[in-house]
Amino acid sequence: MIALQRSVKDRNNPLAQQKVDDRRDVRKAMRQPTAVSNEREPDTSSVSDLKAEASRTMSDTAVSSDDLSEFRSAFFEECGDMLVSIDTQLSGADTCLPGVAALNDVFRAVHTIKGAAGFFNLEAVGQFAHTFEALLGAAREGRIGDKDGLGRLLVEGADVLATIIDRSRDGMSPPQGLGQDVASRIEAFLNGSEASPASPESTAVAKDHVAADAPARHLLLRVRMLGANPEAHALHARILAELGRLGATQLKTGPSVDPTSPCTWDVELITRHDDDAVRGVFAFVDHELDIVSVADQAPIADAPGPEIPHEERSEKPASAPGKGKTAVTTIRVDLARIDRLVNMVGELVITQAMLTQQINDQSGGNKHQLRQGHEDLANYTRELQECVMAIRMQPVRSVFARIPRLVREISSKLGKKVRLEMSGEQTEIDKTVIEELADPLLHMIRNAIDHGIESIEKRRAVGKPDEGLIELSAAQRGGNILITLTDDGAGIDRTRVRAKAIERGIINPDAALSGEEIDQLIFAPGFSTVEKVTDVSGRGVGMDVVLSNISNLGGRIHIQSTFGRGSKFTLVLPLTLSVLDGMLVSVAKETYILPLTNIVETIRPERQAVRHLANGATVVAIRGEFIRLVALSDLFNLAGAITEPWKGLVVVVELDNGSKIGLAVDELLGQRQVVVKSLQENFDPVPGVSGATILGTGKVALILDIEQIARPSPRLLDADYRSGRTSQQSHEGFAA
Amino acid sequence: MTGAAQHLPPTAYDDATPRSGGSIRQFTSFRVGDEEYAIDIMAVREIKGWTETTALPNQPDHVLGVLNLRGTIVPIFDLRCRFGLGLTAASRSHVIIIAKVNERVIGLLVDAVSDILTVSPDQIRPVPELDRGATAEFMSGIISVGDSMVVILSLEKLFGRTSLSMEVAVAA
Repeated sequence: MIALQRSVKDRNNPLAQQKVDDRRDVRKAMRQPTAVSNEREPDTSSVSDLKAEASRTMSDTAVSSDDLSEFRSAFFEECGDMLVSIDTQLSGADTCLPGVAALNDVFRAVHTIKGAAGFFNLEAVGQFAHTFEALLGAAREGRIGDKDGLGRLLVEGADVLATIIDRSRDGMSPPQGLGQDVASRIEAFLNGSEASPASPESTAVAKDHVAADAPARHLLLRVRMLGANPEAHALHARILAELGRLGATQLKTGPSVDPTSPCTWDVELITRHDDDAVRGVFAFVDHELDIVSVADQAPIADAPGPEIPHEERSEKPASAPGKGKTAVTTIRVDLARIDRLVNMVGELVITQAMLTQQINDQSGGNKHQLRQGHEDLANYTRELQECVMAIRMQPVRSVFARIPRLVREISSKLGKKVRLEMSGEQTEIDKTVIEELADPLLHMIRNAIDHGIESIEKRRAVGKPDEGLIELSAAQRGGNILITLTDDGAGIDRTRVRAKAIERGIINPDAALSGEEIDQLIFAPGFSTVEKVTDVSGRGVGMDVVLSNISNLGGRIHIQSTFGRGSKFTLVLPLTLSVLDGMLVSVAKETYILPLTNIVETIRPERQAVRHLANGATVVAIRGEFIRLVALSDLFNLAGAITEPWKGLVVVVELDNGSKIGLAVDELLGQRQVVVKSLQENFDPVPGVSGATILGTGKVALILDIEQIARPSPRLLDADYRSGRTSQQSHEGFAA
Repeated sequence: MTGAAQHLPPTAYDDATPRSGGSIRQFTSFRVGDEEYAIDIMAVREIKGWTETTALPNQPDHVLGVLNLRGTIVPIFDLRCRFGLGLTAASRSHVIIIAKVNERVIGLLVDAVSDILTVSPDQIRPVPELDRGATAEFMSGIISVGDSMVVILSLEKLFGRTSLSMEVAVAA
């Protein structure tokens, strides 16, 4: 795929083809036909002057060794992939020359390796790759034709390249003269065929002078690569190599150590090319790029980065080949394969649950051993499942990384000053959740800036600093991820929200709503308090979409807002969508599952501890604390349940806001890990139910949504709702 | 292909097909109470015997609950109840037709599956105007088979995403 991107880029962007390859090491490597190096001289020497100047003051900004080793491993991983594709393309080349397409692929791969090797100061790799590239270039142009021995030379070249790269990966400098034989044969080969007039190398070099008259500029590039991050990491070495082609590069800060985080780095570039050419290098990467011009004389260190590999090489004594090889520690895997693995493990868990059922139902036989074996199976299954789920976990950083730019864009568009503070980016969450989280979160940020943060004048009027503050944080709590978005803006104006909701027919004028319930109205479909439809937000498809996205993920949104002081939105998301530790309870012969993370304790209350309050609520006193009692059988309209709580059981559950309620159930059936299945795949959302699972018996059991159960809007108990008059109402009713 | 169609230029025939339903269609027919109904055979995924469902709370009566269909949760609807004729007393002899409607998989509880009907367009008659317009909406045509008739149901109208739980008013 990367090769494809490159080929497209090469076609569309002639600048990318230019070979202003002025890095000292690579230049040394250029044992080129003389015509080429003569052409090259003026450009490269002037840039190297700049570099020499630069080295005087900038040598202290060397790349840290961590950054560089991160680069190096990505580079070698990429090299491994490319060597495999080179081998594939060249297989059988010694008997039958590969076609032009295959040669093109090989050429591109070798070209990329050459560029990146230059950056890492892997002289031997760069040197040989360069020679090999020249051979491939000539071969694909057909300048050599079917000359004897070409095919074999290609294969030998590929082998030597692979050997040199392997050696370099291990931190050893390849023995002098490795591949020298092949290299000199290649050169001899090329010189023999150099008679053809138009050498592509020399035509390519001629283009170098397009920008040679322009003054060299010293730029600071701030790069943030978005999207799938392992890919971004793999790409970034390549991009550096491409940049190296435009001028002298100096990496200021490398990409984060974590390969799963967004790839962010700063690089300095001295170039004669214009910004478009620089941006062209990034054309096929989902990225953000800021180009800052640094003061002209601000110099650049003369290749301080490569010092580290030098050290590494000298420290590691050359050992016997094959010993102490550095293994590649990451692999890229098709997501579909992982999903299949996840599904299979899910089925395994279900099967295991079924076996449990069977074993418990049976009597006699060697039950003890059977039980023991089964317990082991259960443990291994569980561990396997946790491992598999961990594959899917990613830091939320990939979503958070897009936000600073969004905040800058929107605040400047709206003429507001906003400072963004983020924390907890390393919090890990299931990849699916991350993907689905991006849109709602970006929308909420947009809303916070547009509707939350006031204009500068308004802020001054109420004595707030000009600059608004938006805080975004992520943290894990139990089986959930909490993402909080806080702004110090105007807060929710409940009077206006209420008036608007009445105007829009969302609530009745005489509806008695608590402050919190009014806040929740902003999630109602078709609700928007801003009169003026702006570019940024307020098209009426707003927070209701956010809410439905979040609830599709099994998540919830809480609002805490103080008028005039700001708002705090808390997204509560499940760590993973596919498994849940649950407590099986039975009510009126139906089995339901309560998420274990919510459960505090289970008690059978004394009769006198259960009190009915005047407002119709029932509470239970537990160690001096009064806890509201919710009877599932009432809520779900089930007949045949135990109606007196002191005869059944009360499961005390804790809500996200820390408050507790007691759920009256008939009995506990035990604790179990369940595989979460979507109910909404084939049906509408059911209030109070977050999903379903399949029990060992093959029967479906519903997973309860504690938050929805704890805060049923009056409509849930409303007779109209009971008859299921509209599904829209059910959404609204459960906006909480 | 019908005899008449052969005399037409191909393009004219193609243009005419979608509107007049010019090609022969197949339907699965089944019995609910004394009436015969049919749905397009392409929508039918499988037919299975009745098994106990897991009830969903606070749903209209015709939503019987959900079933596990090889790891997928499938909602089951009582067609008789959906037509306002009261709940079916489901037994082992009853049948669930698993069908795909707008990317959703649903199950329909019916009394029995009768036949597969191969019908040419001229056998499909429009539904006569009824007093209650809403009821007619989910009938997309009537097939006359001999002297009996089979009502073609539109599952999209009956169980489309928005109307799954909305149309209780009709049944009430």
